[in-house]
Amino acid sequence: MKEYQTITEISGPLVYAEVDEAIGYDEIVEIETDQGETLRGQVLESSEGVVAIQVFEGTSGIDRNASVRFLDETMKMPVTEDLLGRVLDGSGRPIDDGPEIVPEERQDIVGAAINPYSREYPEEFIETGVSGIDGMNTLVRGQKLPIFSSSGQPHNELAMQIARQASVPEEEEGDDEESSEFAVIFGAMGITQEEANEFMEDFERTGALERSVVFMNLADDPAVERTVTPRMVLTTAEYLAFEKDYHVLVILTDMTNYCEALREIGAAREEVPGRRGYPGYMYTDLAQLYERAGRIQGREGSVTQIPILTMPGDDDTHPIPDLTGYITEGQIYVDPDLNSQGLQPPINVLPSLSRLMDDGIGEGLTREDHADVKDQMFAAYAEGEDLRDLVNIVGREALSELDNKYLDFADAFESEFIDQGFDQNRDIDETLEIGWDLLSMLPKEALNRIDEEFIETYYREDDSEREVVEAAD
Amino acid sequence: MSQATGTDTTGTGVIQSVSGPVVTARDLDARMNDVVYVGDEGLMGEVIEIEGNITTVQVYEETSGVAPGEPVENTGEPLSVDLGPGVLDAIYDGVQRPLDVLEEKMGSPYLDRGVDAPGIDLEKQWEFEPTVEVGDEVGRGDVVGIVEETVTIDHKVMVPPNALEEDETTEVTAIESGSFDVTETVAELANGTDVSMHQEWPVREPRPSENKKTPRTPLVSGQRILDGLFPIAKGGTAAIPGPFGSGKTVTQHQLAKYADADIIVYVGCGERGNEMTEVIEDFPELEDPANGNPLMARTSLIANTSNMPVAARESCIYTGITIAEYYRDMGYDVALMADSTSRWAEAMREISSRLEEMPGEEGYPAYLAARLAQFYERAGYFENVNGTEGSVSAIGAVSPPGGDFSEPVTQNTLRIVKTFWALDADLAERRHFPSINWNESYSLYKDQLDPWFQEHVEEDWPEKRQWAVDILDEETELQEIVQLVGKDALPEDQQLTLEIARYLREAYLQQNAFHPVDTFCPPEKTYLMLTTIKTLHDEAFDALEAGVPVEDLVNTEAAPRINRIGVQEEYEEYVEELKADITEELRSLY
Repeated sequence: MKEYQTITEISGPLVYAEVDEAIGYDEIVEIETDQGETLRGQVLESSEGVVAIQVFEGTSGIDRNASVRFLDETMKMPVTEDLLGRVLDGSGRPIDDGPEIVPEERQDIVGAAINPYSREYPEEFIETGVSGIDGMNTLVRGQKLPIFSSSGQPHNELAMQIARQASVPEEEEGDDEESSEFAVIFGAMGITQEEANEFMEDFERTGALERSVVFMNLADDPAVERTVTPRMVLTTAEYLAFEKDYHVLVILTDMTNYCEALREIGAAREEVPGRRGYPGYMYTDLAQLYERAGRIQGREGSVTQIPILTMPGDDDTHPIPDLTGYITEGQIYVDPDLNSQGLQPPINVLPSLSRLMDDGIGEGLTREDHADVKDQMFAAYAEGEDLRDLVNIVGREALSELDNKYLDFADAFESEFIDQGFDQNRDIDETLEIGWDLLSMLPKEALNRIDEEFIETYYREDDSEREVVEAAD
Repeated sequence: MSQATGTDTTGTGVIQSVSGPVVTARDLDARMNDVVYVGDEGLMGEVIEIEGNITTVQVYEETSGVAPGEPVENTGEPLSVDLGPGVLDAIYDGVQRPLDVLEEKMGSPYLDRGVDAPGIDLEKQWEFEPTVEVGDEVGRGDVVGIVEETVTIDHKVMVPPNALEEDETTEVTAIESGSFDVTETVAELANGTDVSMHQEWPVREPRPSENKKTPRTPLVSGQRILDGLFPIAKGGTAAIPGPFGSGKTVTQHQLAKYADADIIVYVGCGERGNEMTEVIEDFPELEDPANGNPLMARTSLIANTSNMPVAARESCIYTGITIAEYYRDMGYDVALMADSTSRWAEAMREISSRLEEMPGEEGYPAYLAARLAQFYERAGYFENVNGTEGSVSAIGAVSPPGGDFSEPVTQNTLRIVKTFWALDADLAERRHFPSINWNESYSLYKDQLDPWFQEHVEEDWPEKRQWAVDILDEETELQEIVQLVGKDALPEDQQLTLEIARYLREAYLQQNAFHPVDTFCPPEKTYLMLTTIKTLHDEAFDALEAGVPVEDLVNTEAAPRINRIGVQEEYEEYVEELKADITEELRSLY
């Protein structure tokens, strides 16, 4: 072990030290202060004679006499199946007073890129029990589908609902062993203690904690630590998925805090900033996290990611949601207007998207008519939304009969299809039946996106055939 | 990657500093753009700056753990690609390492470091059939023989373009048919050149050509809005900008599947891993619409996903265009899709900022516009050095931040390309796909391609197209009024125009990429669909003039069947019958 007392500069989260030997890029460093405190950091830049170190816990308490130890290895995460049921801090150390964790392996947290040739294309439907997702923006195993939200919205409730209800249909009839292979890994980055408690209470109440690993970096924990937390989370997820055959659902919240931490480090290093002061490499950095979702040929498990991000100013052109949207396979929008109308969950399906749904739905996967129903509902709801603006000006009477039907459809779509409550779990059949109930409010001829055969089978010729709904007004 | 074929090194230096993908070395004797091996693990990199005794290298692999003091070895060669039979039906990373070979060599689904592999199989035997005889005179680029590379494509073995001077010829002294691997000599020339099936070419240097011609043939894509309204020429350039979720990748995939090019080079530059996997899984199973062979038989894939090292992302575009040029030299029409050029530009920006260069607009390097122009200029309809004609069409997706087209990559691209397919988030939101905005998009090839469409489809193709454009323009104007006063306040003829425009939008402009029939629409069908809507238009306006109220005209039985033309396999009969029904029904009203 190499030890130095050669710190030359301390600035923000960075420490510069002189060295007389080769130090590897990304290597782990321990810094011991006069008070005997040990802080951990990582080499950000290595040149002959001097290294720049990023300190996870922050640099307060470090002076020029502190000693610097280079551990001669890059950051590792100790992984084992025993991590399930445990609560760890943002750097992967247990904070739940449980027994010591005996790692089976120590894995590099950076994680190499998966060879696209070795991937398996995700096409297995995950039933979340939420109509706005299952019906309109279906999630599949191995997908990365973020929730785009903003401050004050119930995105956490939605994430918890998904974590609680998510299942893969064919497993339900299977034995317990199969369904126990489902694991949730929860990575909190800079969320408040209260938010964290909500999650923990929900996990404990539903018994989900047993099949979960929780990483907690709270709002008052060091910001720089946030840059390693998701890597710890995903390393654990990959281990459980690809070596222990679990289907892992990763929830990362809040990605906005993660990006703020990146910006902080970039600023401290005096890098040339990109848009809004975020570093130019933020796209690459985020991709290295999000791309760790997926399936691999010949392996049983899968990593599915649901990152949550709060869009500053509810603006999806802000660099964080923007870059995220370009990497992830779709997004779910939580909408403040729908929320203030009291819809639970307030999912706005129109801008939401699941890029992988087309291959994950249909005959044998969900139901034969799923794709057509989804297309028609999107078109009809969009039409109704458009007409609402018009109605404000000219009033309902000035509209044609068909236009009035579209308006009714849009209202019913929100109140019947979307507003199901955070506790209701709907299976895909129920979701689609509600869809048909709603579509049958429109005349048959208007259903131009649906195959005639399905209209024949499912269209409700008169109101009595409706299974779930009566019209909105 | 061709460096693996000859790993001689010409000099070594010592690493001085490491910062992400940028490494500096001391005492390295190197030229700009030489390929070097960095560190004890031998990571591949490229020289991008020389200052005094200090050489700066961008490394194509992850640099964690690399330390100062480790060696840097110079190969003395610029970054090159391996060209020869085997490039088709292959899938590469950004520096032309075959991903299937890497998986085998690394024994892991993860991309490890320091593993190199040649771009084409050096041991595979190919059946070589000469097309010249001993005693024939050949010049640079001339074809000496043929190899069946895939079921679809005959690979033409050419005299390397740098083996002879321009206009110089030499005699073939030996040539024989038989089974050879790519490194063996298949023909000997009098000037001492041994021709093998394998060529190397530096990626940053365009392959030579005789001259560039005006493209006059369309690249038929089977997509109605593209062929019908905004066609691209073989040898043309196009940009597809759009915010996330607007369908850039689906449009690129549709082009890769159905464009009537001979060869497709698909470059996935900094995009999603699962998307590349979809291509890898789908293409071998999909049929080439031209001949029913597997689509992969005419395709070369370059997959540099967003989480792969950023320097390799910078080079993958060049790798792709060089491969495209090589097949162009054989006389083929090649179409190159780059998804997305914004990621390429961002890779330049990242490297540039690590070099602490003075940034231009939005942090992009000042040479961004020049690099984009150089890339698109490598596309075109060419007269090759061997006298054949071939083309490279370049279609680049652009991912503007926040969907704002005023940003530098979009703007600099638009200054060069001649076809612009603007994707629109609003259309995507209402699931109008392909969500190409017909008001903003344009094609400057329209006029020069009209003669082809007139000859191969129908004489009045340009007039019909103009009619559709006029109706859609009128609709845009009317919609503004409708937003204020409602549809019913419009005069009857304008209400009818809106109805016609609706059919244009819903039946003609929309196309379902996931429907087995609708996904590909030949120009004939595109034309017939348009004439059907035109028939409805003409008959309905006649009826209106005869005094039929507009409510009756928009509620006919026959017209909604227009929406189903797209999914008809036997569309000719269907359209014929439909036109007759529309005419009959509307005439019966008065």
